[in-house]
Amino acid sequence: MTASNAIPHAPQQAEERKTTEGRVFTVTGGDWDELAESVGKADDERIVVNMGPQHPSTHGVLRLILEIDGETVTEARCGIGYLHTGIEKNMEYRTWTQGTTFVTRMDYLTPLFNETAYCLAVEKLLGITDQIPDRANVIRVMMMELNRISSHLVAIATGGMELGATTVMIYGFRDREMILDAFELITGLRMNHAYIRPGGLAQDLPPGAVDHVRELVKKFHKNLPEYDKLATGNPVFKGRMQDVGYLDLAGCMALGATGPILRAAGLPHDLRKAQPYCGYESYDFEIPTADTCDSYGRFLVRLAEMRQSLHIIEQCLDRLEPGPVMVADKKIAWPAQLALGSDGLGNSLDHIKKIMGTSMEALIHHFKLVTEGFRVPPGQAYSAVESAKGELGVHVVSDGGTRPQRVHFRDPSFTNLQTMAAMCEGGMVADVIVAVASIDPVMGGVDR
Amino acid sequence: MSDANGVNPDKDVNATNLPGQRGDAGETIRVQRGMFGADNGGDTSGYGGLVRSVRMPGPAVRPYGGPHGGAAYGDFDEVADELEGALDEQGLLPETAIEKTVVDHGEITFHIAREHLPRVAKTLRDDPALRFELCTGVSGVHLPGDKGRELHAVYHLRSITHNRLIRLEVSVPDADPHIPSIVSVYPTNDWHERETYDFFGIVFDGHPALTRIMMPDDWQGFPQRKDYPLGGIPVEYKGAQIPAPDQRRSYS
Repeated sequence: MTASNAIPHAPQQAEERKTTEGRVFTVTGGDWDELAESVGKADDERIVVNMGPQHPSTHGVLRLILEIDGETVTEARCGIGYLHTGIEKNMEYRTWTQGTTFVTRMDYLTPLFNETAYCLAVEKLLGITDQIPDRANVIRVMMMELNRISSHLVAIATGGMELGATTVMIYGFRDREMILDAFELITGLRMNHAYIRPGGLAQDLPPGAVDHVRELVKKFHKNLPEYDKLATGNPVFKGRMQDVGYLDLAGCMALGATGPILRAAGLPHDLRKAQPYCGYESYDFEIPTADTCDSYGRFLVRLAEMRQSLHIIEQCLDRLEPGPVMVADKKIAWPAQLALGSDGLGNSLDHIKKIMGTSMEALIHHFKLVTEGFRVPPGQAYSAVESAKGELGVHVVSDGGTRPQRVHFRDPSFTNLQTMAAMCEGGMVADVIVAVASIDPVMGGVDR
Repeated sequence: MSDANGVNPDKDVNATNLPGQRGDAGETIRVQRGMFGADNGGDTSGYGGLVRSVRMPGPAVRPYGGPHGGAAYGDFDEVADELEGALDEQGLLPETAIEKTVVDHGEITFHIAREHLPRVAKTLRDDPALRFELCTGVSGVHLPGDKGRELHAVYHLRSITHNRLIRLEVSVPDADPHIPSIVSVYPTNDWHERETYDFFGIVFDGHPALTRIMMPDDWQGFPQRKDYPLGGIPVEYKGAQIPAPDQRRSYS
């Protein structure tokens, strides 16, 4: 840090250094005006502002490189990679089932979409897509829709906070917490669930889960309109968001933007309708769109999508029938007889009694499946789901072994973030924050 | 392996009792020895001498069918016909541009000769009967055993107009890892090509600014190639030493 920061309560000042690139200032606080004034005097120089990689408004460790002229952004670029964790490489050294524990950590706000997309691709390669039990599919859909709401809530909450609307932030996180509680009840964890596995689910819904989710839906019917009342008609909110971060349909298609960005440009493209998976074709829901192509339109689309998701969750709850949640094929089905013990979640005592005491074959199967994993026939597959942020694609290549040869994720945040330059150039510095918030990038997904 | 034990997967391509077998059909990408990945003499199972070839699905024959299977004329044939016709119109022999066509798991893959990739991509995007508006990026694959075509670049194209998805695959030798960039056709591939360059070292000629995107600018090597080690250190867990992931026993 700078020398002045060593003195407690010293006024924060812009430190100036001379480098080969020109003069570099490190700004940490509210002395922006002074700095702009002093630098502005030498108007023969362009000013390049590095926003991030640790500014709270950059959604994690995103670095925005802005070339500015006064308050106008003349050129904008992203610096990414600060959260690269090598998930794709790591998966090549684990079994196919262990992969879910990695993918769930990519875009940490949409873990269940990551898991489902990955499992759909593995199931396609295994050729067992049709054998997934109905109950597993219904629960997958329910979990994904809950996840869509929680992801959109974070998008709206953090977006609101960046505008100074802290109430929207508090409300958003309050409601998201209720969904995370439901996730904790069902999967055991608030995030990083590894709940959806190739072939089905890690375990069935615990007792009381259906009632819990029903109660949750009821609360959301009461809470969702609050966002409308707070923000939708709010003149300050509209003033900051309307016509900011503009990207029309042609721009979206060229830059590959999907999800709420694309739908806010007026195209009702949603993979749940276009290329249904997990039985989405049998649910009744609509694809909300807006035609404003701006941040405000994206906000409205997200709000409307949450209402549609609630509608889908209700349908899921109504059609939950008792049944298995894992494929019948014991060569693939992960031993899923889990129970809560004194040291956490693990195999149920009944299952251990069976494999250790009565059935040697069951023990061998369990051991082989857990330590060695199952083999996946050679070939490649691509599967895509409509995540909260857009098309989440998975390209999986197998060479016939117990580990993937290659897994690649087309994360929507990664592709959507490319539109930042198109949205921000020519606008004001303050609008960059609004535009980036409307893209809703999550760096865990961007960098993987 | 004798037929007395049931189906012989080396003769019956569709046999399911031993995974990873495709008989003589398909293309060998690797020859695998042993069953349990122990190549240092630690394998006492008797499977150490087993030699198998790993084969990827081979070229398909007409009709290609559609995404939901079936041997009848389908969506895939329509795309292939339109593409071949459109290339023909431009004076490009389809056989020179499309090396082979593979249909597997309800997906169609066109293997494209690299010098023709931009032309094919542009045709797929602009032809009214094709209209693949959306490219979902490029994914690199490194198959060290696939001699002469070790590096693969895989593109997935989506047509929203016709609600279709196809795959393009371009393979290049490790010694000459150059593929023409298609950023001018699909600007969305800007970051995707940078990512594939960063991790696999595939050079996309004509890319506006092909620099590393995830790894630091001065990074040496291409991390997702198979000869690049994963790294890691052994960890102690409940009194036992657990080796790093790439040092653990693996089953091939």
